[in-house]
Amino acid sequence: MAKRIDVSGLTAFYGSHKAIEDISMTVEPRSVTAFIGPSGCGKSTFLRTLNRMHEVTTGGRVEGKVLLDDEDLYGAGVDPVNVRRTIGMVFQRPNPFPTMSIFDNVAAGLRLNGSYKKSELNAIVEKSLKGANLWNEVKDRLNKPGSGLSGGQQQRLCIARAIAVEPQVLLMDEPCSALDPISTLAIEDLIGELKERFTIVIVTHNMQQAARVSDRTAFFNLAAVGQPGKLVEIDETERIFSNPSVQATEDYISGRFG
Amino acid sequence: MDIPSSTTSPTSPPPRHDVKPSQVTPKRAARGATRPGDRIFLGLSRGSGIALLVIMAAIAAFLTYRAALALSDNTGNFLTTFEWDPAGTATNGKPYFGIAVLVFGTVVSSIIALVIAVPIAIGIALFISHYAPRRLATPIAFVIDLLAAVPSIVYGLWGALVVAPNLTGLYSWLDDYFGWTGIFSYQGGAPRSLMTVGILLAIMILPIITNVSREVFLQVPKMHEEAALALGATRWETIRMSVLPFARSGVISASMLGLGRALGETIAVATVLSPSFVINASVLDFGGGTFAQNIASKFNEATEYGRDALIASGLVLFVITLLVNGAARLIIARRKEYSGANA
Repeated sequence: MAKRIDVSGLTAFYGSHKAIEDISMTVEPRSVTAFIGPSGCGKSTFLRTLNRMHEVTTGGRVEGKVLLDDEDLYGAGVDPVNVRRTIGMVFQRPNPFPTMSIFDNVAAGLRLNGSYKKSELNAIVEKSLKGANLWNEVKDRLNKPGSGLSGGQQQRLCIARAIAVEPQVLLMDEPCSALDPISTLAIEDLIGELKERFTIVIVTHNMQQAARVSDRTAFFNLAAVGQPGKLVEIDETERIFSNPSVQATEDYISGRFG
Repeated sequence: MDIPSSTTSPTSPPPRHDVKPSQVTPKRAARGATRPGDRIFLGLSRGSGIALLVIMAAIAAFLTYRAALALSDNTGNFLTTFEWDPAGTATNGKPYFGIAVLVFGTVVSSIIALVIAVPIAIGIALFISHYAPRRLATPIAFVIDLLAAVPSIVYGLWGALVVAPNLTGLYSWLDDYFGWTGIFSYQGGAPRSLMTVGILLAIMILPIITNVSREVFLQVPKMHEEAALALGATRWETIRMSVLPFARSGVISASMLGLGRALGETIAVATVLSPSFVINASVLDFGGGTFAQNIASKFNEATEYGRDALIASGLVLFVITLLVNGAARLIIARRKEYSGANA
């Protein structure tokens, strides 16, 4: 259940403002690809173009191609709702549905996709919570509200919710930036396990995190404030952090700017 | 930069801890008094606050006093009597009156108004907040506001002259299909019934419910909507999963505000309703009455004692409206806590 993403010539706008320009890259299946770069360089915008969440924002518009295996996500007649059912997303701030129980949060995506028997739902919810390393902490209070969990638990609940529908790809937009170090470690461990099953793309501001969890790293940058963000390079994480081919990458990673 | 007062100097912390509270209070008041602007504003705002309480207390005292005068001589049971005869024309001058018909008419017409208005208001509010493009949403919101600005006597005239005569067809149809329930049986005759009143009240309370609901829908945090969208929810599913649960208590309190207005509406009801002191099982047949309508219709021709009797019924309406508003406030207050914990 993991597919390759091929992006070519992708440009995204907010109204008339060009946020990212001419980005092309390949995201390998069953691997973790990290996006790093200074604030405002368009990493999150680019991530959101991959499951057509960018166009949800007022004035959001995209040009270019995103191929999931061979299907163009922006092709004519492609329903963005179906795209989002295949490509799951985890956000910066944990956002479980506040009025739903833990169980209903995990089952939410399944219930959208069709009807399941109670026993099937139980099995999938348990499997997803186990997959998100949350089962042992919540198995006795599945019908309690999800908003009662700690921040790190809420984020793992969101991951469980995302993987419950067995997506092809899992997008993570700075999933640990609102969490303490221990919860961050738990999520990073989880990402290592999830990449066996899913294609994972993660945006992060934390370069150690990129180095720890990702197989490949893409560095984004922008020439100046107001200019569109661009992809500087994408390569094996080890190479990016030891011997990048572009000077700007090395400057950023060694903390000389940004 | 020499500050003469040592207590306000930034270099030495004010020695507040060894000053007793009783010593602090006059000092602060004295400092406030040195600035005329503060003093005037303090006086004005405190005065307004006190005036509000005094006015409320005066209204309650007036209502209670006059009501007590009327009730002490009433020979009927005030809560269960179906007659309104404070002059005692049928009982040798002994006052005989009660509010049973008025409670029924007020509650039934307000409930009809809510049942009609709430779904429509939610629909309009959702359309404005989540469906309509901005250049359409703004004018629609404006028209809704305009609806609130129409004087109620205009609604009354329109209701009596245009709406009511055109409702016979609808009422006959309701009688044909739902007449067996008793609630919707229709004998014919002028459709100036509680149902007509309810329809008119629904239009009148639509703006406030729509506006408050729209505000609540717009306050739903983006991250909750995105959570649903990212799972592959359609727009309607997003509304059902994120927007409506979050906005539920807000919509309830909006409805309560509308209910408060419907309960007290006077002149539009008095213009449309053909009143009588009966309780009809059917909401389509004319007759019945509401508190406010009854007071408005009878006040001019009532004797001193008759007015006291009407005031007694006004006191009941006052209490009902206070309870409804209090309930709305409770729900709003609970909602604040709720959203603060999650947003």
